[in-house]
Amino acid sequence: MNMISIPPRRSRGKVHVPTVTLAHGGGGKAMKDLIDDVFVAAFENPMLAPLDDQARIDLLDLAQYGDRLAFTTDSFVVDPLVFPGGDIGKLAVCGTVNDLAVGGALPLYLSCAVIIEEGVSIDFLRQIARSMAATAQEAGVKIVTGDTKVVNKGACDQMFITTTGVGVVAAGVELGAHRARLGDAVLVNGLLGDHGAAILGARGDMALQSPIESDCAPLQGLIASLLDAAPNTRFMRDPTRGGVATVLNEIAEAAQVAIDIDEAVTPLRDEVRGFCEILGLDPLYLANEGKIVAIVPPDEAEQAVEAMRAHPLGRQAAVIGSVVAGEPGRVTMRTIFGGRRIVDMLVGEQLPRIC
Amino acid sequence: MRYVDEFRDRTKADVLVKDIERLLARMKRDESRPLQIMEVCGGHTHSIFRYGVEGMLPKSIELVHGPGCPVCVLPMGRVDDCVAIAERPEVIFTTFGDAMRVPGSRKSLLQAKADGCDVRMVYSPMDALALACKNPAREVVFFGIGFETTMPSTALTVLQAEREGIKNFSIFCNHITIVPTIKAILDSPDLRLDGFLGPGHVSMVIGDAPYEFIARYYKKPMVIAGFEPLDILQSIWMLLRQIDEGRCEIENQYARVAPAGGNAVALQAVAKVYELREFFEWRGLGSIDHSGVKVRDAYAGFDAERKFAVPNAKIADPKSCQCGEVLKGVIKPWQCKVFGRACSPETPLGALMVSSEGACAAYYQYGGIKRGRDDEASAA
Repeated sequence: MNMISIPPRRSRGKVHVPTVTLAHGGGGKAMKDLIDDVFVAAFENPMLAPLDDQARIDLLDLAQYGDRLAFTTDSFVVDPLVFPGGDIGKLAVCGTVNDLAVGGALPLYLSCAVIIEEGVSIDFLRQIARSMAATAQEAGVKIVTGDTKVVNKGACDQMFITTTGVGVVAAGVELGAHRARLGDAVLVNGLLGDHGAAILGARGDMALQSPIESDCAPLQGLIASLLDAAPNTRFMRDPTRGGVATVLNEIAEAAQVAIDIDEAVTPLRDEVRGFCEILGLDPLYLANEGKIVAIVPPDEAEQAVEAMRAHPLGRQAAVIGSVVAGEPGRVTMRTIFGGRRIVDMLVGEQLPRIC
Repeated sequence: MRYVDEFRDRTKADVLVKDIERLLARMKRDESRPLQIMEVCGGHTHSIFRYGVEGMLPKSIELVHGPGCPVCVLPMGRVDDCVAIAERPEVIFTTFGDAMRVPGSRKSLLQAKADGCDVRMVYSPMDALALACKNPAREVVFFGIGFETTMPSTALTVLQAEREGIKNFSIFCNHITIVPTIKAILDSPDLRLDGFLGPGHVSMVIGDAPYEFIARYYKKPMVIAGFEPLDILQSIWMLLRQIDEGRCEIENQYARVAPAGGNAVALQAVAKVYELREFFEWRGLGSIDHSGVKVRDAYAGFDAERKFAVPNAKIADPKSCQCGEVLKGVIKPWQCKVFGRACSPETPLGALMVSSEGACAAYYQYGGIKRGRDDEASAA
């Protein structure tokens, strides 16, 4: 008798209740149904389908893309979960994809760990999972492993997501903040502060109606075009929390150089400027989720800007400043008014001023 | 952006700076020391640093950053009182964002929140009143802070709460008044100031008459100034013109917002709800007579101080602080013994390091450090 091992055909579970309960975290059938119905159905790919405790990735397969593995993780606790221009699912994919891409890596695989507060609606979970799947497809990555936990009411705020990502860095791509040199250009790929302003607006506790949408987007495509056009790019980082000001300070500190930017050419949406004017915030410290700061040698700056402008996510790309001689670690800005100020690291959270 | 860009025009700024230089050149004055101009208001301090105005002025003009940051001058004992109120389980304590980080002797409101107190940031006292309506089983307390600029809005909120019969709302009143404080500065024996940029938004409420004594008795000129960088440059130019022509007057550069008579409706609301305290304690300046207001007896039900027995302990400023001397322009922020060392925006010791409007925090944040040290080095 031929002993042929046939993998048992798994029947996909289905959730028949409207909301998540602690039973969905219990490890039994309810949990399996939730994972099947919500996550497997949305993420749908052969590596995830067996639902083993790990995804196994062929090393030879990875090696065709380059010679180093890039590996990163990030947790997402955004409030509100759905905001103009995105939701926590889209953000969780973009954030990790971008963290890989700014290191020069091609993003390939993600994990997705979700902590859910009991009482969250199943339909809402499906919506978030679909959003993750759509963004993953746009970013060219697969979600291949995951975890689901359900916690008591109040133990988390509806849902938290952690994504971990792996990618591969092509041979010869060397990026690092310490590589910044005197004369290098400082580039951004577009309008700054949209995400931070969109989130603050969406929280609705300041009764400000604003049309600002988050810039949340996966940047691997834009970054590939940039590296193509400016192969000697020194360094990139996505200015998320803490904004462009914080990233520039980190670069200046790591490379022990001074950086000077020009407020007049820093791309800002009028709505974001207005938003900051009213609330007494500084847009340089607002979060972005679809932006990069790139340090590029001066002779490649022009082609770098052109390449980014040719990409849909870089239409408003601009050189906003340069690496200059000055006190190491210091970031300054020529203000729109003609004066010069220091752009320092933020202490704690940016708090609106009284008057 | 309209109504904003016009007031930040670089070419107009260049013209004004040239005019200021010309005026200075022909003025007869004691050239052994710089002209010291105090901007009273923290909002001015913030703009001056935000736009790099100080660096555009001739070196012979020194801007002294005054006491007009209500968050900065709040004494530690009052922050302790806030925390004590916030620690009551029935209380939702609401505050402007700025005040969250001000250190008390035990903790700040930010720390109290982390320790489980229900502290919420709001943008207006009316938001706090709305919160009280939504949470009838809780006591909502609003942290009333600020000069005459914010006083009318808390007074009007109290009046509205009374009209609507809302009983679970009160304010913890820490409002202060600017005029007695300017007088206290003018009375200090080590005063060197040559003139004042007057607080634009306070003047919008109180008008210009309350400042007359500055010109008449103390013979110092004042220009009530707006908050955009061009406003500030123009006001400095107007001040220099007064000095050049030997005048001491209260002029108003900010007439587009601050009418000469102030805002009668706002003043009425303030007078209805508040009365002067005999004295109020200021961080860095000590106790100043008639410099604060309290809720009148008629509105006692809306006074958190009476509703919750607050400890009201006096906590002395840290000994090493030289905030008072910085406030009066006797020393510059970086000349303070603890500036940037024991006292930084992360761990503020003194009043002026607390809020982003504080002179020391502004210097620290926007780069007075280097300029300061360089000046010191070249002077030595």
